[in-house]
Amino acid sequence: MKPAPFVLHSPKTVSEAVAHLADIGEDGLVLAGGQSLVPMMALRVAYPSDLVDINGIEELQNISVENEELAIGATVRHARFYDPVEPGPLGRLLTSIVHHIAHHPIRERGTFCGSLAHADPASEWCLVAATLGAKLVLVSQTGERIVEAGEFIDGAMSTTREPTELLAQARLPLLAPSARAGFYEFNRRAGDFALGMALAAYDDDDGLMRNVRVGLGGIEDRAARNSAAEAVLEGQRPTQSLFADAGRAAAESVDPMEDATTSAEYRRDLTAVCVERALAAAAASSSAQTSR
Amino acid sequence: MGDHDLRQPPEANRFIGRSVKRLEDPPLLAGRARFVGDLNFPGQLHARIVRSPVAHGAIVEVDTQAAQALPGVVAVWAGDDLQHLPPIPFRATAIKGLTPYCQPAVARGMVRYVGEPVAVVIAEDPYIAEDAADLVMIDIDEHEPYLDAACEPASFAPSLSCEPTVIEKGYGDVDEAFSTAFAVVELELKTGRHSAVPMETRGLLARYDTARDVLELHGAAKRPHWNRDQLADLFKLSPASIELYENSVGGGFGVRGELYPEDLILCHAALVLKRPVKWIEDRREHLMATNHSREQTHRIHAAVDQKGRIAALDETLFHDQGAYVRTHGARVADMTIGLLLGPYRVPAYRAKAHYRLTNKTPAATYRAPGRFEGTFVRERLVEAIAVRLSLDPMEVRRVNLIASSEMPYERNLSALETDVVLDSGDYAGLIEKSLAFSGWDELRREAERRRAQGESVGVGFGLFVEKSGLGPSELVEMRVEADGSVTVVTGAASLGQGMETAIAQICAETLGVDYRRVRVLHGDTNRIAFGFGAHASRVSVMTGEATRRASEIVRTKALEFAAELLQRHVNQLEIVGGVVQDGKEGPSVTLADLARQLHPASPARGDREPGLSASAWFHNKHMNYPYGAHIAQVRIDQATGHVAVERYAITYDVGRAINPAMIEGQIVGGLAQGLGGALFEEFLYDQSGQPLSVTLADYMMVGATEMPPVDVLILEDAPSPLNPLGIKGAGEGGVTAAGAAIASAVDDALQRPGLVDRLPVTPQYLRRRMQQYDEALGSLSGQGAP
Repeated sequence: MKPAPFVLHSPKTVSEAVAHLADIGEDGLVLAGGQSLVPMMALRVAYPSDLVDINGIEELQNISVENEELAIGATVRHARFYDPVEPGPLGRLLTSIVHHIAHHPIRERGTFCGSLAHADPASEWCLVAATLGAKLVLVSQTGERIVEAGEFIDGAMSTTREPTELLAQARLPLLAPSARAGFYEFNRRAGDFALGMALAAYDDDDGLMRNVRVGLGGIEDRAARNSAAEAVLEGQRPTQSLFADAGRAAAESVDPMEDATTSAEYRRDLTAVCVERALAAAAASSSAQTSR
Repeated sequence: MGDHDLRQPPEANRFIGRSVKRLEDPPLLAGRARFVGDLNFPGQLHARIVRSPVAHGAIVEVDTQAAQALPGVVAVWAGDDLQHLPPIPFRATAIKGLTPYCQPAVARGMVRYVGEPVAVVIAEDPYIAEDAADLVMIDIDEHEPYLDAACEPASFAPSLSCEPTVIEKGYGDVDEAFSTAFAVVELELKTGRHSAVPMETRGLLARYDTARDVLELHGAAKRPHWNRDQLADLFKLSPASIELYENSVGGGFGVRGELYPEDLILCHAALVLKRPVKWIEDRREHLMATNHSREQTHRIHAAVDQKGRIAALDETLFHDQGAYVRTHGARVADMTIGLLLGPYRVPAYRAKAHYRLTNKTPAATYRAPGRFEGTFVRERLVEAIAVRLSLDPMEVRRVNLIASSEMPYERNLSALETDVVLDSGDYAGLIEKSLAFSGWDELRREAERRRAQGESVGVGFGLFVEKSGLGPSELVEMRVEADGSVTVVTGAASLGQGMETAIAQICAETLGVDYRRVRVLHGDTNRIAFGFGAHASRVSVMTGEATRRASEIVRTKALEFAAELLQRHVNQLEIVGGVVQDGKEGPSVTLADLARQLHPASPARGDREPGLSASAWFHNKHMNYPYGAHIAQVRIDQATGHVAVERYAITYDVGRAINPAMIEGQIVGGLAQGLGGALFEEFLYDQSGQPLSVTLADYMMVGATEMPPVDVLILEDAPSPLNPLGIKGAGEGGVTAAGAAIASAVDDALQRPGLVDRLPVTPQYLRRRMQQYDEALGSLSGQGAP
């Protein structure tokens, strides 16, 4: 459990950081919270030649609301979401979700953007980003580009980030004041990676569901919206039986991962449960609270 | 005066039965304890084991050139370089034919499990050692792995099958009982591969002291003297030139402190290189290199009468030992069938244990070995009998119990190389106390109410008999120091279970001192000639009784000498708080004074033997048998298959409780492991024999959020007649019936009797099993059956 030799760089600005990334090329990695990367290095399943440690870059520690978007800097820790980071439904939703991420010490170090860059299929933040349509700001020496979360996440542990790019910021659109949002995650022990999870959000238009977004995580090889479930719900009145229909539609439409310990069949079963329960949580959410 | 009419100690000397604070805690809490990882010697080197990446195959080549060339590397050895190292030995056993299956320290010719040592790198620091290990190239011609011990055994080597032995036990006319039975109930049950994961992994630091010609091995635990004697044998050294040292130990539970390949490798390296060599196991290694346990398939048949009385049991066991025979030989398979019958009267019994080697990590004992598995099987069977005959399972238990008037009860079976003789117990009484303590009837009613409201809630019960106090012997040496403190030296070991405190309490109460003035020294083979270590819930019984005996001798010496000095009759004196006195007002002398006056150079000594000291042995041919029950309440989320344990109760009769708080700690800690085996923990392998559970994310241990509130009732209704204090060991009962109670509760919650047929009950298994169960029921009712 000793990592292989590597070179550590500690830039103080984003331009220094991307200069290092440009120099290093393919074999370098960005170190943010290190809660996945460092154990992977200790287990020698990751062998970066160089680490660019961005923890000393002050401008990446910020979180702010600009133009109806929540802008989350690259080193904003999970623990920052314990209290709502903005007063609307989005802030409350993120607060309800953060408690599902691993354990307290990990939440003190791990970062929102690091989770996106790592792209674990069971990442809660990947599910949030994919479902709510986050825009991701990638910076390199040659400039900046903005990518939709759905295009950024490219598969299990795979993104479209170039090795010379730094994921500097994630921008989440705020939810409408009338929005209802709910989350449900199933795992065997508190803090484990999700075996399945769902996020549901819709705008309450005088009792009808509009702008319905349903996302799944931990089921397929990446977090993604599920259009089959959304189609069942859009424009309808929220009822328990409709939620069950949406769950079934999602279960029929997914292509679940299968591994030696968890069958595709079981993940398909979980899909229906997670969607139904996330929708129920959304319906039960009010302007006062959004919770599981 | 009979053995049981022990003198009542004055109140100030009363320490047995009190939950006094643990003596071992201050250094642990203040970070001053020293684990083997904390220990360093000047000039030490670091070892890294290169392990087989495949489950089964022939070694074509191990290329160490690149590794040797790395700066900082001192040595790289593969199997061919270590041919002269003998294989791992196993303990004396009556079972024949195991020798060809022993594990070489480093693989030669064949590899038989992922994680098997193939080479070792010794380097100046642990980073370089690990870098170099990555450079060792292993070329293996892969063979088909053998992974299911319930299937026909494969070949281990030319003319050797993967079934080294089949153990048979039994008595009575089983065939006759089955041919005349009112009903026959049969089950096939499995327990998953499960083992101990102590917080501190294994670690060793070997040093050859050239000045003294002594090989030191630090990091010993569990059985230091046995290991020393074996190492002396293996390395052809005098036992006097090997010293094993125990440091603070962060948990053992059966797996730590045995001889493993690494022990041989480290000793060899220290002897050859004449520099200290250190090895600290990492967690990934631990999960593939340290003993596994528990994986068994049971096929059991019961012949019963109309009332559910068992006339005979017929059991066939398939034991998955993993790749090699190690230190325990076939002991777990043997004791599973030797102790299977628990508290029940079984007139005829036939058991056959197929001990089979598979391409997995080798297995041995883990806390409640054979009993966790056997209790699951036996209690499942009792409930199946009840279902079959439409009886209350508790009633089936009651009609089969051995009565307390039948004690001691000879089983006509052996386990751990001794005859099984149940020494004492009131099993019927225990059931009644357990039901009352847990509020069983109310639990049942509440579960029924909640089920009526749509929840899946159930309660379950598991009855068990443990065993403890394995002999054969233990020696204690005791002396009162010149400052009045008492030193107790034992060859038993401490794995963190609180033995120092328990032994100090026994000494303090018997001798008449404060327990905080008693220092218990252990974990140093050089300090005492013999010791049998800490395992099998034996220390409180064996070292405890040897301590009581030594304390009695010291007490008598002190009283006799004091009587002379104080001009009193011995009967007028008592020892309270380290002072020999004739009542509170009369003349007195301290034990410190007496010790000083017994110094060899003291003129007051006269012709007396120097030293206020004694040594005492306790020899014990038979184990004793504590017993208890587990009661579980669970809630199941049928949609996901998740089982939440809402409440738990354990009752345990330990004969005599030395320190109830420590026993409660043992029980609750044991339960965390028992629930692991019942619901979460399992070493899984894929079809090619790759281990899937090599991190703590995949090998799911129970954490604080999974533990239910636990109520513990410690009972002293049946003291052991085999030692004067009546002590039975308390180390394992928290684990034993967890699988049985959880299975029973899950059946109840889902209202599907006999549903659970394997452990652990994972969500995925439960969903699939419910479907299978309902389909079987559907097809039965389709045929017009029940």
